[in-house]
Parts: sequence; C-alpha cells; structure tokens
Amino acid sequence: MLKITDLSKTFAPGTPNEHKAIDKLSLKLDEGEFVTIVGSNGAGKSTLFNAICGTFYPDKGAIELDGKNITAMAEHKRAKLIGRVFQDPMKGTAPNLTIEENIALAYSRRRGFGLTPAIKAGDRRLFRDMLASFDMGLEDRMKTKVGLLSGGQRQVVTMLMCTIVPPKLLLLDEHTAALDPATSKKIMDITNEVVKKHKLTTMMITHNMKSALKTGTRTIMMDSGNIILDVSGEERDKMTLNDLLEMYSKKSSKTLDNDRMLLN
Amino acid sequence: MSLVLGALQIGFILGMLAIGIYISFRILNVPDLTAEGSYTLGLVTSAVITVGGHPYLGILGAFGAGVLAGAVTGFLSTKLKIAPILAGIITASGLYTINLMIMGGDPVISLFDCPTVYRSAYAVLPMLSKDVVKVIVSLAFSVVCCVLVIMFFKTGIGLSVRAVGDNEDMVRASSINADRAKLMGLSLSNGLISLCGGVYAQYIGTADVNAGAGMLIVGLASVIIGEMIMQKRNIVIGIISAVVGSVGYRAVITLVTSFHFLPSYATKLVSAVIVAAALAVPAVKDGAVLLRRKASEDM
Repeated sequence: MLKITDLSKTFAPGTPNEHKAIDKLSLKLDEGEFVTIVGSNGAGKSTLFNAICGTFYPDKGAIELDGKNITAMAEHKRAKLIGRVFQDPMKGTAPNLTIEENIALAYSRRRGFGLTPAIKAGDRRLFRDMLASFDMGLEDRMKTKVGLLSGGQRQVVTMLMCTIVPPKLLLLDEHTAALDPATSKKIMDITNEVVKKHKLTTMMITHNMKSALKTGTRTIMMDSGNIILDVSGEERDKMTLNDLLEMYSKKSSKTLDNDRMLLN
Repeated sequence: MSLVLGALQIGFILGMLAIGIYISFRILNVPDLTAEGSYTLGLVTSAVITVGGHPYLGILGAFGAGVLAGAVTGFLSTKLKIAPILAGIITASGLYTINLMIMGGDPVISLFDCPTVYRSAYAVLPMLSKDVVKVIVSLAFSVVCCVLVIMFFKTGIGLSVRAVGDNEDMVRASSINADRAKLMGLSLSNGLISLCGGVYAQYIGTADVNAGAGMLIVGLASVIIGEMIMQKRNIVIGIISAVVGSVGYRAVITLVTSFHFLPSYATKLVSAVIVAAALAVPAVKDGAVLLRRKASEDM
C-alpha cells in the first residue's frame, strides 16, 4: 500500500543548523497494516508524516501510495488519499464553522465542491448517524461552532472528518497525547473501531510504549531519522515493555531520555 | 429629509464596499489593501462604458474588472508568496496607472447627460421623487449583493473560502486547493468593491481617479459599526451587518458634517477615529481591569 524507498531530507543544509531529519529511510506497508511508531523526540517521526503528506518535498527517495508515485504530488491532491489527525485538537478543524460544515468540507473528498449547496439533503442525516456512532452526544449539536467544543470533542470530529471518506492511509500523530486519560482512552477505542471497520492502513505515532505494543499489528522504532527496530507477528506478541526498552538502548546506544515514554 | 435620504442612498451603495471588506478582513482574515485601487477601477470602468452609452454593461464591467484586480492580488500572495498586505499595495499602485489608462489620461470624467441606471429608474417610477428612486435603486443593489453573496457562502466553494480563512492547514488536509479558495475570495471581495465604485459613479455622475483614497477605512468603519449594532454571530448576520453598518456610518458622518460640528472634509478623520476607537476597545477594557485591580490592592 505504502512504499517508501531511500527517503532523505536535510533541513537548512550548508548552515550551522543543518539537520538530517530523515536519513535513507525505507519502509513498506501492506494493505490493512496498523503500524505504531515510537522513538524519542527529534527521531524524525513527525517529519516522516510530513514527507508522506507533502508538507515539504524530500531531497532524495520516493514515496509510493496505492501504486501511485506521490513524491512530487501537491499537498492538497494527495490529501485525497491520506487522513491525518494531529496531537493538537485545534489543527484538524475550523473553529468558526459549525460541526456539520466541518464534516461537509471533509466529505468533499468524495464528490468535490461546486456551486451547489455545501450540505445536501441527505448529508445531514448521514453526518448525524456517523457522529452518533461515536457516542459522544455530538449528533445533537450539529449547528454548534467547533471552536466551542472541548479538545476531546474536537478530536472526535477530526477522526470522523479523516475517515468519513475512508482514506488509503490514516496517519495519527500522537492524537491522544493532549487529552485527559479518560478521553484519551475513548479516542483510542474510536480509533480501533474505525480502523477495523474500514480495514484502514494506519500509522500511529505514540509516546506510550505500552499502547504501542498493544495497539495495531506492527511496531517500528525510529532514531536519528531512520528505523532501528521493526517487529510484527509472533515476535511482537511476545515482546514485553522491558524488551522494547532494552532493544532501544542497545540499538540506539543511548538510554531513553523521555520520562513520558516510560511512565505511561 | 433630504439629508436622511442622501445618507440612505450613499449608505446602501457603500454597503457593497462594506461587504467586500467584510469578506477579505473578516472571512478570509487577510488585510487586503487592494480596495482603494479596485474601488476606483470600478468607478472609472463604469464611467467610461456609461459615457459610451451602456450603463448596465458599465456595472457588469466594473464587477468583472474588480474580480480581475482581486485575482492579481490573490496570485501575488498565494503563488508568488508575497505578504498579502504588500500584494494589495502593489496591485493598488499598479491600478492607479491602469485607471488613468482606462480614462484615456483624463483624471476626471463627467457623466453629464449620459443615460445611467439611476436615470432609467426615474423613467420607470415617474410618480416618485428622484431622491426616493435613488434610495430604491441603491437599496436594490445592496440587497441583491447581500442575497447572492450569502447564497455563495452556502455553496461548497463558498464553504471552502470561509474555511481557508479559519484554518488553512485543515483545508489543505481536506484535499481542497487552499490557494484557489483564497484567490476566489479575494476576487469576490474586490469584485464587490469595484461594483460599488461602478454604481457610485453613475449615482454621483462623475468619476475622479483619486476617488479611492480613504475608501478602505470607510469600509472598515462600516464593518465595525455593523458588528457593534448586530453583534458577531454568523456569516448571514455578518454580511447583512456590513450593509447596516454602512448606513450607520453614513448617518454618523451626516450628523457630524451637516450640522456644522465639523467641515465636510473631516469625514476621513472621523472614520479613522471610529476605526481606531473600535479596534482599541479590547485593549482599553483590559487596561481598565488592570487599573481597578491595582487600585483595590493599594487599599
């Protein structure tokens, strides 16, 4: 489904701030795989997502999605194939538009936009039913401005927006990290449900090592812009949190500097 | 009475300018300074075509020319990545020459004795006084613009224009071309501002290449007064409030100048003060709270 070959990106090349964010990274994802990604800050996890989404163009290498080479495709064009949820709940929704208007925008992936009404006759019921299935009571507030919702509620709306037209690839960038534990669990449940329902190929960045091993079908660990560990199947099922941490220290020849990853 | 009618006439015409400013400043969240150039562009385009004997075509031409001007600013700021405030200034200065070219080098054009939209309305409604007919025609223009603009913002394309001013990243992530949405918003905004100039030329019967000076602040003052009268609620109220604000602004100006509080050339200073005062309200409120706290701590 997703094939990344020899991807490299250096920021501010030739200056003292030169930073190799991604270094000859290759990765292949099969259809329906759910990969969790761990790694310390600055390992290149979000940069990898940005490269896939087209926020910047890589210096070298190729990205192929669903058989198409998207390396040089404009950001908004490849957005048709990719859904992305950020850590910051403010990023995925437009605060001054209502819930239904936000969802309608995302739904335009399916049929495009023209000079006909943005929200058509059947849409309201569809949006309502889908939102109702998340069981957050949002279906009764379709005309509420999204800016008035809590972070968790906004993240739920974003989840729906990213999956209402099932994408080829779903990217979750620590999308529960800014939420309280109860809401965070709720969003994780919704995530698992949605991914299962649409059989989505998914990549999820997380700082929670435990949930990295528990969630999904495969776990990769990144360091200094490359993948240092890639486990799936039986090997992953048997792996404990300690194994993962040990593996990290061995492979990256440093110890984990991030308390958040350990304490969770 | 004629003062009131006059305020209504100009208030409704400049309501179209206020809608245009509302679109760029409030909906797109872009401080677009093209307005002064595109207002004059509409004024002279309409005047030249009207002198040629086609007042209705003049109105359409004014709108079309404004759309193009907005598209230029949009192109400069999206594709060429020039800061929007600068892109507007660049387009506006370029337009000064374009406007003179349209006028054939004459800085003033008179529509004396030409058929205009207003004059043809007198013929249709002979039983009413000319002043009343002028109010009706001006009102009709701003109402039609309001309705069409509101309808546009309810369409899919309209929704993407609104969203791009609210959260551009999210628009891109929804696979909508954000640059194109912004360009369309700026085109519509300047089209309306230019249309306003086009109608004004036929109303006043003359077109001056310097007529655009200070129009941006007039539009902003109207938007702000409209928001004070009707509150910020939603897009429909917002667009209507721009026209209401324009009439309100005109009422203030009429009051200030016609009873000889201030000379008639004081209008722009009055608008500047209104805009500055309205924009300062939040900061002044914060300051007042702080002062009160300090005072209570001292006790």
